[in-house]
Amino acid sequence: MSWDIVIGIETHVQLTTQTKIFSGASTSFGMPANENACLVSLAYPGTLPVLNKEAVKKAIKFGLAVNADIAEHSVFARKNYFYPDLPKGYQISQFELPVVNNGFLTIGDNKKIRILRAHLEEDAGKSVHGILNNQTGIDLNRAGTPLLEIVTEPDMNSAQEAIAYAKKLHNLVQWIGVCDGNMQEGSFRCDVNVSVKPSGSEKLGTRREIKNLNSFRNMEQAINFEVNWQIEQLEDGNEIVQSTVLFNPDTGETRAMRSKEEANDYRYFPDPDLLPLKITQEDIDDIRSTLGELPEVSIKRLVEDFKLNDADASIITSNKQTYEFFQSLISEGLDPKITANWIVVNLFAKLNDNELSINESPINKDQFVLLIRRIMDKTISNNAAKKIFDLLWDDPKVEVDQSIESLGLKQVSDSSAILPLVQEVIAHNQAMVEQFKSGKDKAFNALVGQVMKLSKGKANPGQVSELLKDELNKV
Amino acid sequence: MKNLSLKELNIGLSSKKFSSEELTKFFLNEIKTSNPKINAFITVDEEKSLQQARDADKRISQDNMNELTGIPIAQKDIFCAKGWKTTCGSKMLDNFYSPYDSKVIELFNQSGAVNLGKTNMDEFAMGSSNETSYYGEVRNPWNLDYVPGGSSGGSAAAVASGMAPAATATDTGGSIRQPASLCGLTGLKPTYGLVSRFGMIAFASSLDQAGPIAKSAEDCALMLKVMAAHDTRDSTSIKQNIPDYLKSLDNPIKGKTIGLPKEFFNDDLNQEVKIVLEQVIDSYQKMGVNFKEISLANSHLSIPVYYVIAPAEASSNLSRYDGVKFGYRAKEFKDLEEMYLKTREQGFGEEVKRRILVGTYVLSAGYYDAYYLKAQKIRRLIADDFKNAFKECDLIFAPSCPSTAFKIGDKTEDPVSMYMQDMYTISTNLAGLPAISSPAGFINKMPVGFQLIGNYFDEATILNFTHQYQQITDWHQKTPGADV
Repeated sequence: MSWDIVIGIETHVQLTTQTKIFSGASTSFGMPANENACLVSLAYPGTLPVLNKEAVKKAIKFGLAVNADIAEHSVFARKNYFYPDLPKGYQISQFELPVVNNGFLTIGDNKKIRILRAHLEEDAGKSVHGILNNQTGIDLNRAGTPLLEIVTEPDMNSAQEAIAYAKKLHNLVQWIGVCDGNMQEGSFRCDVNVSVKPSGSEKLGTRREIKNLNSFRNMEQAINFEVNWQIEQLEDGNEIVQSTVLFNPDTGETRAMRSKEEANDYRYFPDPDLLPLKITQEDIDDIRSTLGELPEVSIKRLVEDFKLNDADASIITSNKQTYEFFQSLISEGLDPKITANWIVVNLFAKLNDNELSINESPINKDQFVLLIRRIMDKTISNNAAKKIFDLLWDDPKVEVDQSIESLGLKQVSDSSAILPLVQEVIAHNQAMVEQFKSGKDKAFNALVGQVMKLSKGKANPGQVSELLKDELNKV
Repeated sequence: MKNLSLKELNIGLSSKKFSSEELTKFFLNEIKTSNPKINAFITVDEEKSLQQARDADKRISQDNMNELTGIPIAQKDIFCAKGWKTTCGSKMLDNFYSPYDSKVIELFNQSGAVNLGKTNMDEFAMGSSNETSYYGEVRNPWNLDYVPGGSSGGSAAAVASGMAPAATATDTGGSIRQPASLCGLTGLKPTYGLVSRFGMIAFASSLDQAGPIAKSAEDCALMLKVMAAHDTRDSTSIKQNIPDYLKSLDNPIKGKTIGLPKEFFNDDLNQEVKIVLEQVIDSYQKMGVNFKEISLANSHLSIPVYYVIAPAEASSNLSRYDGVKFGYRAKEFKDLEEMYLKTREQGFGEEVKRRILVGTYVLSAGYYDAYYLKAQKIRRLIADDFKNAFKECDLIFAPSCPSTAFKIGDKTEDPVSMYMQDMYTISTNLAGLPAISSPAGFINKMPVGFQLIGNYFDEATILNFTHQYQQITDWHQKTPGADV
C-alpha cells in the first residue's frame, strides 16, 4: 500500500524588537537570569500590558511579504494555563482574530504553501532544572519576548518540501528584518504536524505534532522517523492517536508527550487590558514602503538582468547578506557571472568548511574585488586566483597585486609566447591528437592541460584553446 | 478638624492654622481611638504618614501647595503603594510589600497629600458587605452591628467615622456607591478609562474603576481632579483634557432634564427607599429640573451578565497568585501541582474561590458561547439602552441600593441576595458610565443614598447636580451619633 504524507508547520518567529511585546524590559539574549524581568514580566499585582508598536509593524511587514491580508481589526486574547514560567497564569496571544491572514510562500517548482494565519503573542520564561540544590529555578528573561506564530495549511507532502518551506521562511524573515533567524537561541522554532493517509484518499489522517524543532537537520530526521512510524502503525492495523511528540536528536526518534485528551482547556477570551488592535490602510502603506525588494524578485533579477543560472541565483539570494554582498561587488563594475561563481563556489566552500556566515567572512572586500578584476582583465587565471584567495582568507592584510607579482602568477596572454608551447605539445602528443581527430572531445581538454602545464599555469586558458584549435586544424 | 471639608482643611493649612503634621497626628489619633471598633484600616504606618506630612509642611512653607497638599487621605488597600503592605484584603498578599506606586498613589504623592493608611476591603474587591476580608469585617459607624457595604467598606467607614477626611475606593459593580450609600457619604465612580488602573490590583479589568468616597460632591470633585489623568501604562486610560470639576459645581441646573428609568421605579423598589427618593425628586423639581420617564429595557439582565463577565475576568486575573513569585505559598507540598493547589486553597477565601470557579466554568470549552459570549452581547445592549436614554436627558436618576445597611452576617450564607445589593449600580459598570451616590436621607436611623448616572466623561455635570442638591439639603453633613 502506498501512502500520502501531509505536513503543516507552525513556526514561532522571535521578532527583533528592543523591548518586550507588552513592557519596556529589554529583549537582549544571554543576560544573567531574571535581569530582563521587570514588574510586568513578573506579573506583579496591578501591572498592565502595553503593546509594543514595533512588534505590530514587524508582523504587518511579514504579512505583506507573504501576500497576506492584514486585519484592520485584530484582538489579543488570554490563553489560560498554570505553569511556573508563565507568570500571569495566562499567555497573551491572538486567537480568533489574528493580525495576518491568508498568505503564501512558494517552494521548489512554484508549489504554493498557503499560510493560514500569523499572530502576535508573548513568549514564556524558562524553567532551569537542577540548580539551587537540585531544585528548579525560573528565568523570566524571555517572558514577554514578542513572537509571531506563522501557521501553514497542511500543504507539504514530504520532508524535503517541509525543509524547503522552513528554509524559505527562515530566509524571508531575516531578509525583511523581522527576525535574527538564530535557531540555536530559539529565535526560529518549528512545530511540525505530520499525518499520513492512503494514497489519493480525500480524508486526512490523524496528525501528531512534533514540537520545538530548532534545526533543519533535526526537522528532516524527525519528519522521516515520524512518517515511517505512522505508516508502520497503520500497516500493523493500529490507530494513530492525536498527540504532541518530542524529537530526541540523540536517538533520532520521536516520542509522545501528551495526547489530545490530556490537552488543556485554555479558556481563551479577549484580554480586557488591551484594546482591539486597529490597523489603517495608511499604516499598511507606510510599512509597505519599507519592505524593499523580496528574495523572489531579487532572484528573478539575477537571472534576467545578470544572466545567472537558477542555481547560482538562488544561492546568492539564500540570505540577504549574501545578496547585498553580491550587489556591492557588482556596483564596483565586476562581471556578474564571474562574481556569482566566485561567491557560490569559492567563498561559500570556505565559509561552509569553517562554519561561518557571510557576515563572519575574514575576506577583505576591497582585495576580493581586485582579485575578480584581475581575473576579468586576464592578468591571472582562475586557478591562480584561487591560490591568492586562499592567502586572502588566511590573512586579510594580503594584497592581491603584490601576491601576483611575488608568486609569479601573471598570466601570459601574448600569442607569440603561447604559440610555440602549443606547437610543442602537438608535436609531443601525437596519440592525443589522433584521438581528437577521431572525434574524442576529451582529448582536446587534455591537450589544453598539457599546454597549461608547460606554461606553468601562466598561459591564458582561453587563448590556449583558440590557438590549439587553429593549430589542430592545420594538422 | 474632624468634620471639616477638604476645602476647609486646605484653607486651614495654607493659613497656617494647623500644620499637616498636626492634622495627620489628629487623624492618626482618631484611628487609634476608633479603628479597634470599626476595623476600617488594614495598615497604618504612623512614621511613613508623618514623614509625608512633614514634607508637605515644607511645601506649604514654600508656598508650593495645591488643593490636597498636606491633607491625609485614606487609601483603599487595592492600590499598590511603594514600601507599604498592599494586601487587597487577602491572605494571599498578607506578606506583599509593593515595590512600586500605582498611578493613583503617584498622583496623590505628587499633589502632596499624605497617605493616612490602607483601608480594609472585601477580598480582591469581591463582596458587598466587607465581610469577605481576610482582615475581618468592617463595621458601619452608624450602627456597629451593621455592615458598611463593600467592597470599599473600609474607605467608607473611615470617612463616615471621621478617621479620614476622604478616601480612595474602587467600583467594579457598585463598590464605591453602595458603601457610600450605606454610610451616608458621597461616592463617585468615574467613567471607565478616566482614572488609571495601573497599580490597582485587578478584579475584573473591563469593569474596575477607581474613584473617591468623601463627605460631599465638592470633596469628590477635588479628589477626582487629582485622580483623573492619562497614563501610558494603562492601555484603557483615556487621553483627553480633564476639566476643572470644581469650577462647574455652581453651574445652573434649572431647565435641565433628569431621566427616570421606569424599570427601577416599579413595585420591586423598597417602599421606604421610594419615599426617600421621591423627596429627592421633589427637591430637584423645586430647583427647576424636569423629570422624564425613560427606559433601560435590559437593566434586569445586569446582574446575571455581570456575574458571568466579572468572574470570568477574575478567574484569569487571579491566576498569577500561584505561590511562585510573590505572596502566600503553602508551607508543605510534595510537588508543583500540590503547591499550586494548597497555596490557592489556603490563600483565597470562600467568595474569591466561588468566583474563580464560576469564571472558569463560563470560559470553558463548550460553555463559552452560551455564557461569556452571550453576556458580552447583552452588555452591548445594556450600553445601547443608556446611549438612547441620554438622547432624552442630561442625567439619569436611580436608587443607589435596594435598602439601607443590613446586619453583619445576615447575607453571608446567601450569596445571591448579597449580589442583589448591586442591582441598581451594576449596569453603569457594564456600560462604563460615571455615576455618583449622594446621601438622600435616613430610614430607621440608617443612611440611604440616591444615584445620578451621567454620560461618558460627564463627571462635571454629575458633580454639579449633586453639589446643587447638597446646597439645599444637609443629609451629607450628618455624622454618626447625631440625631437623625
